[in-house]
Amino acid sequence: MATSTEKKIRVVVAKPGLDGHDRGAKIIARALRDAGMEVIYTGLHQTPEQIVETVIQEDADAVGLSILSGAHMTLVPRVLQLLKEQGADDVIVTLGGTIPSDDVKELKDLGVAEVFTPGASTQQAVDFIRGAVRA
Amino acid sequence: MTTGERLSELDRWERDTFSRAAERDAPFSTISGEPIKPLYTEADLPADPDAAIGFPGEFPYTRGVYGSMYRGRLWTMRQFAGFGTATETNARFRYLLDHGQTGLSTAFDMPSLMGLDSDHPRSEGEVGREGVAVDSLDDMETLFDGIPLDQVTVSMTINAPAAIMLAFYVVAAERRGIGPEALGGTIQTDILKEYIAQKEWCFPVDPAMRLVGDMIEWCSKHMPRWHPISISGYHIREAGSTAAQELAFTLKDGLTYVEQAVARGLDVDDFAPRLSFFFNAHIDFFEEIAKYRAARRIWARELRDTFGARKPESWRMRFHTQTAGVSLTAQQPLNNIVRTAIEALAGVLGGTQSLHTNSFDEALALPTEQAVRVALRTQQIIAEETGVANSIDPLGGSYLVEALTDRMEEQAYEYFEKIDQLGGMVEAVKRGFPQREIADAAFRYQQEVEAGERRVVGVNAYTEGDDLATPILRIDPELEVEQIRRVEAVRGRRDADAVARVLEQLVEAAHDDGENLMPLLLEAARVEATEGEIVNALQTVFGSYSEAPVF
Repeated sequence: MATSTEKKIRVVVAKPGLDGHDRGAKIIARALRDAGMEVIYTGLHQTPEQIVETVIQEDADAVGLSILSGAHMTLVPRVLQLLKEQGADDVIVTLGGTIPSDDVKELKDLGVAEVFTPGASTQQAVDFIRGAVRA
Repeated sequence: MTTGERLSELDRWERDTFSRAAERDAPFSTISGEPIKPLYTEADLPADPDAAIGFPGEFPYTRGVYGSMYRGRLWTMRQFAGFGTATETNARFRYLLDHGQTGLSTAFDMPSLMGLDSDHPRSEGEVGREGVAVDSLDDMETLFDGIPLDQVTVSMTINAPAAIMLAFYVVAAERRGIGPEALGGTIQTDILKEYIAQKEWCFPVDPAMRLVGDMIEWCSKHMPRWHPISISGYHIREAGSTAAQELAFTLKDGLTYVEQAVARGLDVDDFAPRLSFFFNAHIDFFEEIAKYRAARRIWARELRDTFGARKPESWRMRFHTQTAGVSLTAQQPLNNIVRTAIEALAGVLGGTQSLHTNSFDEALALPTEQAVRVALRTQQIIAEETGVANSIDPLGGSYLVEALTDRMEEQAYEYFEKIDQLGGMVEAVKRGFPQREIADAAFRYQQEVEAGERRVVGVNAYTEGDDLATPILRIDPELEVEQIRRVEAVRGRRDADAVARVLEQLVEAAHDDGENLMPLLLEAARVEATEGEIVNALQTVFGSYSEAPVF
């Protein structure tokens, strides 16, 4: 847990694209908040541009993208690219959703720090983000 | 024995016989958190079994909506399918029909569901991924190429733009010489559950409800074999609700549509017979069976006694069932065949009219041909080999099932009252009440799983063993390019003036709440306006919607 002298970790939880499956994103958002992080949940139907704008405006340390629509190979690289263009590629990018293992590898090569696929626990997400941000 | 004697015998059994052994360490509650007793007895049956249980095909339909149920006709085997362009999905439809499926069910892609054409900037990367891309009448015609629409019933899972897709479908059939009165099937249309759970919308709540009313009214006059709406709980459950919430919110949505249709001047008996429902079949076996039976009983009573419907056809709740997608695991996917089979069995023992069984690879991707064949065979094995369809409502009279049925009904009415206090379901949805209930239930369940209280095989229990690599369906990105070409070709060859004219008329009609938009939507389909163009036009009047999320 963050001590009172440590700045709270700020995380944007985002739903890129047209995907409306928000059960997981909401659970992650709540778990991160319960773990003492400052969580900004963007809600649904965000473009990569909107997400990156939120990340920068909110001075986020990390962003958690949730995609269950199969559109991840278009949307995630776009987010990574925009973060880089706007000088925010130190932001930890994590991803959750229906991501085939072949795609996991490719996305990590592009800069995604971790991918949480079905069965992953909220504790894993909390621990990973805390570890990656504090490192 | 009197009830008093039975209860004291039960006490005696608990003390003297049951308590000899310690109970195992398990929650002994349903997946929804409902506590389950070690034993149910005659004392748990309803006070008036004749009134509460009754006969199949007779009020209150607890035992089934039809007199003969599966003795007369098995449930329809209707696998949800769709991916890529209309050409790919047409091939999958034909594969499924060739393998013994008895009805079609169409999955649309995200752009189509959200009212966007495939070449819209927000459609990039999304075309054909979650379902089939349908931008125009041309796509609808290709989708059902070679399929006799007057002989096969077709279901279409689309909600916010449902009126538009229905128009495309009716005109596609019209072009083949088949009138709307000959078409049998269902369109999902249930917009309230979109705001609650599935989250696919084009317009704000009130104009969206107007479109639903227009469809129900128009279909009641022109499509006697069609279900203009499939009032759904499946998605509410997938979003994380309990079984009781699924039941309560679905029925309340349904009652709200009935209220609104009656308020616009329709006679309840003119449209109620064509309303249909869609429930989840989750993994907690008896809870699901009780849920379906309670649903029929509640609906029958409400339609007859609250709305004064006189025709028995208006009292009968007919429903489609889909096994629970959320119960499938990415770990050890073959185990999902077992889960789906058990869930399908619950749907059958619950008296469903049609059934979709999930494929074992669906926690990973859309199903491969091989996986969907196993899913279809699961239904066929249940029907042909297990004997469960030999007798109607075989679990009727089970102490446990009847007790759970009563309990479900009780819980549903508790929710009805809460929702009424908020000002009704539309108001409750606008205030985020069902959305919050669902988010809370979903979080609670996740905590139970992570604490190990709720065991999921392969995920937090029995995790040993590697999975053989599961081949998954990949959507070729070329299909998006092809689809964009298709819609551009449609725009290129049609009469642009005619399109502009019809859209203008549509916009004008949209301003008038009292005008049914279906006739103009059919005109728009005939002149080959695209879905996106029609939605855009309507949005100039209705506006659009964005959610204030609760988590």
